[in-house]
Amino acid sequence: MVFDISLYLSLMIFALGLIFKISTWFRYNFESTTIPFTARERFFAAMGGIVATLFSGKVLTLLKSLLLDVFCQRRIMRESRLRWVMHMCLFWGFTLLLLMHALEGILTSNLFADYAATLNPFLFLRNFFGLLVFVGVGIAFYRRFIQKIPRFSTNAMDRYALILLAVIMISGVFLEAAKIVSFERYSQMVTDYADFDEEQDLKALEALWVRDFGVVSLNIAAPFDKKLLTRGRELHEMNCAACHTRPQWAFISYGAATALRPVALPLDRSGLVTILWTIHFLTCFVGLAYLPFSRMFHMMASPLNLLANSVMEKGKSHPANIITLQMMALDACTHCGSCTARCSLAVVFEEIPNPNILPSEKIASLKVLASGKPLNEQQMTVIQEGLYLCTNCYRCTTVCPAGIDLQTLWFDVREAVLKRGYPELLVLTPFSMYRGLLSPTVAKAEYHQAQEQPIAGIEAVCSTLSEPDDPIKFAQMDRDFKKQMLSSAKGSTFSYCFTCITCTSACPVVRSYENPSEALGMTPHQIIRAIALGVPDLAFRSRMLWYCLGCYQCQDACPQAVLVTDVMTELRNLAVARMKNQNRWTGERS
Amino acid sequence: MKLALQRCCTTPIFLKQYETSTNAVLGRLGVQLTDKALNCCGYPLKNYNYKAHVLASARNLSIAEKGKVNIMTFCNCCYGTLKEVDQRLRSDQTLCAEINRKLEKEALKYEGNVEVQHIMEVFYHELGPERIRENIIKKFKGLKVAIHYGCHILRPRELVQFADPGTPSVFDELVAMTGADLVTWQLQSECCGSPMWGIDDDLSAALTMKKIENAKASGADYFCLACSYCQVQLDRVQKRLLDEGRITDPMPSILFTQLLGLSMGIDPAVLGIGENQIDISPILECID
Repeated sequence: MVFDISLYLSLMIFALGLIFKISTWFRYNFESTTIPFTARERFFAAMGGIVATLFSGKVLTLLKSLLLDVFCQRRIMRESRLRWVMHMCLFWGFTLLLLMHALEGILTSNLFADYAATLNPFLFLRNFFGLLVFVGVGIAFYRRFIQKIPRFSTNAMDRYALILLAVIMISGVFLEAAKIVSFERYSQMVTDYADFDEEQDLKALEALWVRDFGVVSLNIAAPFDKKLLTRGRELHEMNCAACHTRPQWAFISYGAATALRPVALPLDRSGLVTILWTIHFLTCFVGLAYLPFSRMFHMMASPLNLLANSVMEKGKSHPANIITLQMMALDACTHCGSCTARCSLAVVFEEIPNPNILPSEKIASLKVLASGKPLNEQQMTVIQEGLYLCTNCYRCTTVCPAGIDLQTLWFDVREAVLKRGYPELLVLTPFSMYRGLLSPTVAKAEYHQAQEQPIAGIEAVCSTLSEPDDPIKFAQMDRDFKKQMLSSAKGSTFSYCFTCITCTSACPVVRSYENPSEALGMTPHQIIRAIALGVPDLAFRSRMLWYCLGCYQCQDACPQAVLVTDVMTELRNLAVARMKNQNRWTGERS
Repeated sequence: MKLALQRCCTTPIFLKQYETSTNAVLGRLGVQLTDKALNCCGYPLKNYNYKAHVLASARNLSIAEKGKVNIMTFCNCCYGTLKEVDQRLRSDQTLCAEINRKLEKEALKYEGNVEVQHIMEVFYHELGPERIRENIIKKFKGLKVAIHYGCHILRPRELVQFADPGTPSVFDELVAMTGADLVTWQLQSECCGSPMWGIDDDLSAALTMKKIENAKASGADYFCLACSYCQVQLDRVQKRLLDEGRITDPMPSILFTQLLGLSMGIDPAVLGIGENQIDISPILECID
């Protein structure tokens, strides 16, 4: 009764969850304003794509990917042998347990006419598959909680998945163990199946089962008479052997049964078998119901993603399908941490504690973005910074075991987020080179808008003396700023400047403009002068500061040993710090 | 000899031939490049979060230190960054201690026992001109090359000490060994324009076009350089400018490792000659 209700309930939640999750693949996207395709269009584009692929030569590519990527998991193999062993154990152990054991009523008993859970090879295999899962869980536990991998994070979902799996497995093992030692079970079976009722015979069979099958008897104990055992063996062959292999074949459960022996009788009387059985099936059903919402959903999404990636390519496949694939990819992520382990920039997280720098953690924010949940400016700028802090080195994409095209994903999301109009100072750094090289794939207006936003943002915040003709008042001089510059070894060299303009003459950026002051706001020597005057805003909002190439021509040429380029670096760092402390629109300190 | 290679983050997608040609040439000269999984040198972060940029370089330096190898870079920006951070950490004990506290989590420690070497330094100072000369089996004839030094191999001078700014003789001598004729041109040690690509593309293009014009006027057939950012700019971005009709007469750019590799008789396919965006295959006809 409880079994049936909970089974159907969990199946229902599972089915609804599945429908909900799959529908998100077609409903969600990263855009905030213009929605490129409706869910309906995307659904039919996907169906069209699937049908077209299945009836083309690409089906061979699919099969190859199925064999190598899904069944043999070669991408994990390339990444780490230990993890491959872990995942192969979990994947095959769990899949085979599911097919042979959990679905015995539907699959195994129909495939094998003489199937019995207590007969070999099924008895042995169940334990063997269980062993695989235990090895896998053990390695997973070791990796997550013992091995110290920097910046490898374990979130609540990772923990739930591991705990759930562990409870299912351990309750299963002890359930089998409790059944082995159970005298109640034994007596019940004798009542049901034995075709004799003489006391001596009953004793003989019981003696054999106590000695060879691990039953802990209420009535008798070893040693037994040889004759009695011979009789027991005969009766066993006639009545039990058709359904029972010796339980030693269930090597894990038998070990557990041995441990249970001293307390077997009281536990048996208190109904341990029923309790364990209830725990076992309930956790299985909880797992089933929770599956579509947990990271274990990758069981479905990852193989699909690997297969889809083997036949799809941005630029060639239908653009609607690329969006759908990216949404599916979010579910394919297993939060395994491979990307973060290889990320070129992960170490920076120790200095800029924004989890969105780490690719494995970015995915969580991407899920929120995709769902269209409203985010405030603060949340958006944090995500945006994390998205832009990426050298586009492709390493995450190369190593992702789920085959997610992370590089393209980052780029597309970055563009979608930049469109929302929050100025991103990182656009003014060499991180933008990649964007520049890919600019033909971005709408022109949006491309330039993202370049202009940060400068406009700085102009709005650093607005002291924005009227060029205004005289400088004493109160406008920032003494703290000047002190700060003077306290730095390199920054303090500004004070040697006697405004000879050599730096400005040497600057290739200045030389690129007919009217540098108009184009750049200030030239290098004026920036140095602005520090001496204690008016950082003048320097901060001049385009010159942000267009500095860092080529060191000015510094090299300075007759006064002013470290002009290094001073520029310090100014830009100070400007970034100031912008981060202030609301980018109102200038209020947060 | 073993060296840890600081891969520049631009190479895996945009400049695979730099890695393959470097491996081929150095492999033949008996240098083994170890893959120590170094991270980004921190260059793009320098003007955004200076400390983060120091940490990124410091991690690489400490990894190399742990493996008891020196770091080699084939990118001027990585070179300048690693050099600067190395010098900074040697002289700034407070910062060094702070960085080491962060590296400790990974059982790493920066102690300043690693040398940062540009690939040109490895050729000239580690292997030596004799060794290179011995390995050159084919010489170029009638090939005019404009050497593009780039910035951070030369400046700031007190930091890199690679050669005196203005007289970058090491690079010249190595290129001359291959039989190529060097042309003199004014903008040889100026910025390629790459730092502005993606920030202000017009400014970036203006800097690049000026260099192309100047090198053209000097009579050169090719740029030759040893920096990944410069090569992306002078090859990939130049190709874009060509496609957009902003320049009509391109100046193809060859990586020094490709040039040297050809004169060492290495298969052009291994050197990735065909992977350059602006065709450099005519250079094969200049080999004696």
